[in-house]
Amino acid sequence: MIISRHTTQRLAKGVIWVAAFSTLAVMIWILLQVLVEGVPLLNFKFFLDSPRQMGRTGGIFSTIIGTLALTAVAIVIATPLGVGTAVFLREYTRESRVSRMIRFGTDCLAGVPSIIFGLFGFVFFVIFLRMGWSILSGGLTLATMILPTIICTAEEAIKAIPHSYREVSFALGGTRWQTVARAILPNALPGIFTGVLLGVGRSVGETAAIILTAGSSLLMPTSLFSPIRTMSVHFYILAREGISMEMAYATGAALILLILVINTLANWLLWRYVRRVGG
Amino acid sequence: MSKEKILEKGFLLIAFSSIGILALIAFFIFEQGVPLIWKVGPGSFLLGERWFPSRGSFGIFPMIVGSFWVTLGALIVGVPLGVACAVFLCELTPPAVSTVFRPTIQLLAAIPSVIYGFWGLIVLVPLIRIHLGGPGLSVLAGSLVLGIMILPTIISISEDALRALPRTFKEGALSLGATHWQTIWRVLLPAARSGIVASVILGMGRAIGETMAMIMILGNAVQMPHSILSSARTLTTNIGIEMGYATGDHRQALFATGVVLFFIIMGLNTLAMFVSGKRRT
Amino acid sequence: MGIRKSLNPIWALAFFIFAILLTGCQNPQGGLTVVGSTSVEPFAEVLAEEYMAHHSQRKIYVQGGGSSAGIQAVRTEAAQVGMASRALMPDERDLIAVPIAYDAIAVIVHPSNPLSNLSQDQIKNIFSGQVTHWRKTGGRDHPITLVTREEGSGTREAFQHLLMGKTEISLGALVQDSNGAIRQVVGDDPNAIGYISLGLVNERVKAIKIDGVEANVENIKEHRYKIVRPFLFIFKTTPQGMARGFLDYILSPAGQKLLVQEGLVSVTTISDSQR
Repeated sequence: MIISRHTTQRLAKGVIWVAAFSTLAVMIWILLQVLVEGVPLLNFKFFLDSPRQMGRTGGIFSTIIGTLALTAVAIVIATPLGVGTAVFLREYTRESRVSRMIRFGTDCLAGVPSIIFGLFGFVFFVIFLRMGWSILSGGLTLATMILPTIICTAEEAIKAIPHSYREVSFALGGTRWQTVARAILPNALPGIFTGVLLGVGRSVGETAAIILTAGSSLLMPTSLFSPIRTMSVHFYILAREGISMEMAYATGAALILLILVINTLANWLLWRYVRRVGG
Repeated sequence: MSKEKILEKGFLLIAFSSIGILALIAFFIFEQGVPLIWKVGPGSFLLGERWFPSRGSFGIFPMIVGSFWVTLGALIVGVPLGVACAVFLCELTPPAVSTVFRPTIQLLAAIPSVIYGFWGLIVLVPLIRIHLGGPGLSVLAGSLVLGIMILPTIISISEDALRALPRTFKEGALSLGATHWQTIWRVLLPAARSGIVASVILGMGRAIGETMAMIMILGNAVQMPHSILSSARTLTTNIGIEMGYATGDHRQALFATGVVLFFIIMGLNTLAMFVSGKRRT
Repeated sequence: MGIRKSLNPIWALAFFIFAILLTGCQNPQGGLTVVGSTSVEPFAEVLAEEYMAHHSQRKIYVQGGGSSAGIQAVRTEAAQVGMASRALMPDERDLIAVPIAYDAIAVIVHPSNPLSNLSQDQIKNIFSGQVTHWRKTGGRDHPITLVTREEGSGTREAFQHLLMGKTEISLGALVQDSNGAIRQVVGDDPNAIGYISLGLVNERVKAIKIDGVEANVENIKEHRYKIVRPFLFIFKTTPQGMARGFLDYILSPAGQKLLVQEGLVSVTTISDSQR
């Protein structure tokens, strides 16, 4: 019996619809799993109290501070480096061996697994540079991880600026640096900011590299050299050790919401300022 | 030197930061790991079947096998689903829907792996243990969760590949009387092959590099997995689970595992770049 | 003038980074760093919390990493105090070890497991992988799910040394990297067996008797339950200042009471029994 091609089509399309919706369903399930149990437990006290008894009671304040501190250090280091690289690639050079090498390096860096970054951060920042398990070690390691993201988005942002801006600037007698500083960068800022946000999103979710470089202390940090626990590490430890499932769900919910907010913001900015016309 | 020249050199220096960091990483990891590989012997390190650091055995073959099976399983789950979703977004829905879906997919890509691992632990592992047997913490659980985790990568890159095809491909096929599905199956997908393969390779890289979720749901037994219901350990989880305590030779052996991982990932990345021809984000 | 203006953002950024680094580069540890065994860690954290509640100016940072890492950290002065859940090895004897409590290792199974007593030999056979089915020990008809700690763990070393002796733990065992995680796995899987710190046993798991001896303070004191290990605080030199203060607190009746509440055996109990 030969199945008509129209039947095949209906079957195939049916399968694809099922595939698409089951994918969506599973994704939502994974998120709801944590959100449903966790969101009801969220309240101001949870966010403003520090963990007590290893996280059995209290809140997650110190971990929020830890997350912010680590992310801040990462951004402060990675943004200048990333934007600088993007500026160099787009404004100071043409496609050449040098630029290809740089792109290759960036792409490779983007593919390195987080555990390798963790090992590197441990042996380089914690041990070799004697920074110990600290916000500094963790933040610097994170910076190396988000660098490719910032380079990429900054490049897109700079690429999106019409050539006429540069031409006008040069026509008016501006030097290359003046063009970059006054005509290009200010206009690329929204796109660059998007890249920064994406980097923040990645930092917030990172766990493996942080455990190996920033430690897991629950105390409020007093300096850049203090060890610290981030929200994702706290979630991981709570969930694995069964210290308190409620706290785990709540922390997980807070984590998911934070990342959703950051990424939605980044995507909106991307759509609004960088991807201008068309897709 | 004029200020412009200084700035140009400055930017050049900054631009080399990514290569510089990569070199640093390679240097420090190799510096720690390679001496041990040499000491134990590359053959017995890579092919040794016994990982028992306290007794001086440093064979990582079970972990290589573990990584292989879990990644393969993830691809079996993720590729068909991912490509199907890409086709769905590109061909079966109006463009408006896909503009909504794409950021959603990127959002899902940003969810931390510990959340995926948690779901796997709470939902999948008991299901597998109760209905299929074994401890539940298994290659199957790992493959399923990993497959879901690489979906965003495969979907977004495959979809881009499909969208990049010239409209004439589709129009030509349709005007020759092919059905929509025949067009997709016999013309579009084969034409987008290189992009889809690139997405698969990148998905593979992501799968091999995953650590946290795998520590939570693979069970981490050091033996070679003999079925998809057995527990396993990957190269990444080997490092993750023992790094905290390891000293001396043991620690170097974990760095050596990192060296092997590094090579595998670099290889995959280079392959992906060749296949796709252009730079991917 | 125009050139200077466009440089301003760069200088501002550089200054900003410099300022951050400056403020961050204060004396790194104005407090006490306690590093080492993850078995001791939860108890050290509870003690630290109590201690800091009474001495709000002093900060104590407790961190895991394992007994060996803790000893190493003390030796290299990366930390002031090390925590170990095993006795010092011969080449570590140059350091000072002070017992702060004793902890038994309990062999645990799921609460629904019909067995409540196993001989040491039976346990050895199970953990070495020789016996793989509960049937062989009189239990239910199902394969055994074996769970152990990872290589390098002080708890695993103590278990190996005190119970397994020369027999190796099976390579096919599931490995989890903390006591809490083992408790989770055993608590979820009706056919699992593992070992954790006695102080961490709760209603999710059941501790079984070894050779008819139950793991409790009485039996530990009378040396009937033998799988007991010391929790040690390690110092490079005689403890002084904040380290001394913390140690004194821990060894005081208040500190010991806290530890006993958490499920450990106080040092005085053991030293009493040795009289």
